Amino acid sequence: MQNKTLVAVAVGLGLIGLSACGSTDAKSTAGSKTVTLVSHDSWAVSKNVLADFEKKTGYKVRVLKDGDAGQAVNKAILTKDNPQGDVFFGVDNTLLSRALDNGLFQPYTAKGLDKVGAAYRLDKDKHRVTPVDYGDICVNYDKKYFADHHLTPPQSFADLAKPQYKNLLVTENAATSSPGLGFLLGSAAQFGDNGWQGYWKNLKANGVKVVDGWEQAYYQEFSGSSEGKKAGGDRPLVVSYASSPPAEVIYAKKRPGTAPTGVSYGTCFRQIEFAGLLGNAKNPEGAKAFIDFLVSREFQEDMPLNMFVYPVVQGAKVPAEFTEYGKAAQHPETMAPGKIAANRDQWVKSWTSLVLK
Amino acid sequence: MALPVAFFALFFAWPVAAIVARGLKADGAWRWGRLADVVTQPDIRHVLWFTTWQALASTALTLLLALPAAYVFARLDFPGRQVLRAVVTVPFVLPTVVAGSAFLALVGHGGLLDDLWGVRLDTTVWAILLAHVFFNCAVVVRTVGGLWSQLDPRQEEAARMLGASPLGAWRKVTLPALAPAVAAAALMVFLFCFTSFGIVQILGGPTFSTLEVEIYRQTSEVFDLSTAAVLTLVQFAAVGAILAVHAWTVRRRETALRLVDPAVTARRPRGAGQWALLALVLGTVALLLVLPLAVLVQRSLDAPGFGYYRALTDADGGTFLVAPVHAVWTSLQYAVAATAIAVAIGGLAAAALARRDAGRLVRGFDALLMLPLGVSAVTVGFGFLIALDKPPLDLRQSWLLVPLAQALVGAPFVVRTMLPVLRAVDVRLREAAAVLGASPWRVWREVDLPMVRRALLVAAGFAFAVSLGEFGATVFIARPDNPTLPVAVARLLSRPGDLNYGQAMALSTILMVVCAAALLLLERLRTDRTGEF
Repeated sequence: MQNKTLVAVAVGLGLIGLSACGSTDAKSTAGSKTVTLVSHDSWAVSKNVLADFEKKTGYKVRVLKDGDAGQAVNKAILTKDNPQGDVFFGVDNTLLSRALDNGLFQPYTAKGLDKVGAAYRLDKDKHRVTPVDYGDICVNYDKKYFADHHLTPPQSFADLAKPQYKNLLVTENAATSSPGLGFLLGSAAQFGDNGWQGYWKNLKANGVKVVDGWEQAYYQEFSGSSEGKKAGGDRPLVVSYASSPPAEVIYAKKRPGTAPTGVSYGTCFRQIEFAGLLGNAKNPEGAKAFIDFLVSREFQEDMPLNMFVYPVVQGAKVPAEFTEYGKAAQHPETMAPGKIAANRDQWVKSWTSLVLK
Repeated sequence: MALPVAFFALFFAWPVAAIVARGLKADGAWRWGRLADVVTQPDIRHVLWFTTWQALASTALTLLLALPAAYVFARLDFPGRQVLRAVVTVPFVLPTVVAGSAFLALVGHGGLLDDLWGVRLDTTVWAILLAHVFFNCAVVVRTVGGLWSQLDPRQEEAARMLGASPLGAWRKVTLPALAPAVAAAALMVFLFCFTSFGIVQILGGPTFSTLEVEIYRQTSEVFDLSTAAVLTLVQFAAVGAILAVHAWTVRRRETALRLVDPAVTARRPRGAGQWALLALVLGTVALLLVLPLAVLVQRSLDAPGFGYYRALTDADGGTFLVAPVHAVWTSLQYAVAATAIAVAIGGLAAAALARRDAGRLVRGFDALLMLPLGVSAVTVGFGFLIALDKPPLDLRQSWLLVPLAQALVGAPFVVRTMLPVLRAVDVRLREAAAVLGASPWRVWREVDLPMVRRALLVAAGFAFAVSLGEFGATVFIARPDNPTLPVAVARLLSRPGDLNYGQAMALSTILMVVCAAALLLLERLRTDRTGEF
């Protein structure tokens, strides 16, 4: 018996030793000069821009990328009593109400908020979140396919259900992917609470293909993207972003004169992303400074080429590639967060049984 | 006994209970009514039905293909047998993301079969079933084959002498001896397929969902914690039932069998029948197990001059803050820590379970130790996040969290490997030593240790390989700036571009080689006893 006790003591000591290492580790990051940003996997910023912030404010930024947007929000809600960081970036208008209803954020009015376009300030009176960027979820088309087949690309939601576009569209699962959900909400905004189901019945009859995520849709199934071409993608229509054509050009091995893909501007849904000060942040001052930084001109102008979204601050310059190879939608579909909150889960459920089953 | 119990209570039961309570408790009151609500939903019933039938079909298919292989590896002697045995085991310890992408490269869009004959199986149930066979062959080959190789062939020969037909002799003599092992292996395979996550997620597309995938979707995407909690309880009950039956078959197997050294039972194949069987098995193994792995390696070499491997050392890829090759180092460190914990906890548990005077309660703990294998990783991962976040136990920032989660999965394997060996140590040896004046410590060192040393090494090796490949729980708690190998592979796979894909394949290949090396070492160390893995 004694031998076991010995081993037990040894292991116990080992565990304590190990956890001791762990806790010193934790202490070093909890210092008030560190601000921790929790975000989704798509967070990106130019090194020199971030270094500039650190130099100006004296804060050191630690970034915690926590899965895709939905996962990051859910994890932040689950851990809100003892949050993993100080500031959260990346909750969009489709999930905003979930974050607000769960009391994820505390109010803070960012310096420079007055320069943010009024249309983006969805939490105007309470200031729990600060708008940072926007983007449009739209159907993209493969220019070459439509030229080769002497076919006009579809221009509207209604067009997509027409016989000449049969078996051409691939979209994402609205239950698991944010562009998929955006496209569903766009169709609901277009056809109304009672009309969208009929529309999706027509789309299904017209051969729409559904895959789980954007990566798979865009890089595997879509014939217009360079990776999709290599992968043998055979769908010339895909639900993606209005900024995807500029991205195709910027990431091409040899820059083409025009983008190989185009946008059907009548199929767009506007997505706005927000940042907020986490409820129990350990470093609220640092978090506030960071939120100010997110709506500063320096960050706003750096952002488009890093995350492929548009700035929300008036007067922020958009890079030339964005204007040359594409543009933001003029009349995107929108929906109030309250309405999304009231219907999202039920709609996704009906959509799932309508389209996937 | 106290330490393993405390460990599982603290790092398994508590986090799981915390996340279930989060979903089912509203304003201090339990909402058991949700149980009936959720289980009667048509969508959920569909998930339950699919989970069950695909697991049954996968298990049947695995047995069909793996039993002949178990025979061949046990009874026939041919060159390369040991290497092949290790190769068969590699898929079992590979992370599902890697196996999933290997299968996609084979049967998916633009995969090998698509290029050759235009055959695509992705988003069909066939891809899921075949991948399950790929994964679980090892369980049958090792469990059944291990025992088969130690059955005394002379018993069957004696039956033949007495006039039984070959089939009759096999049916009357060998089959009854093997049956409990087959049942135990089948139940383990059923358990792994029933709780399948990555395979279904990657190969099934949005149309297929097992209970485990549904728990993930409800928690992580829909954020319906109460539905997720109900599903966790349902899965818990199902897994508990499977394990109870498994524990019962394992105990039945411990009835005395006359076992012999496996080295003397294997012979060179004789006669057309045996040669044909050998060819058939090797063909199946090549097609189903080696081919997907080979496709993986081939894709990793698709750039000139090992380009993808060289890119792994470059920190400017943008996907991580560190060079991807750093993940190899991180993984090795975590795996060493996880192995140490798993061996300590599992070894102590096995020692307690092996005692002759172990009561029913202790034996019940045996089955409980297996539970982490069947409980949703997302439940454990989220549970860790919300349960271990307050002093005195605030581990959320600690690197130790990952090895702890991995040890949960590794410990059951340690118990299963050590237990039969410990039970076989003759008590009289210990008593004799004690009578001759040896201290308890010395008795352990001189009597027990030499007998269990090899089993201990095998257990450690297996725990090591399993920790290296663990993905489900790790992905939830691994720190973003310090990814493990499987997490790095998954993240590279979700990024666009050839370079990322190629690097993912290269990292997968490295992981595969490390696992295969560990397993080959184990083959050399294998004990003569009937450990299960």
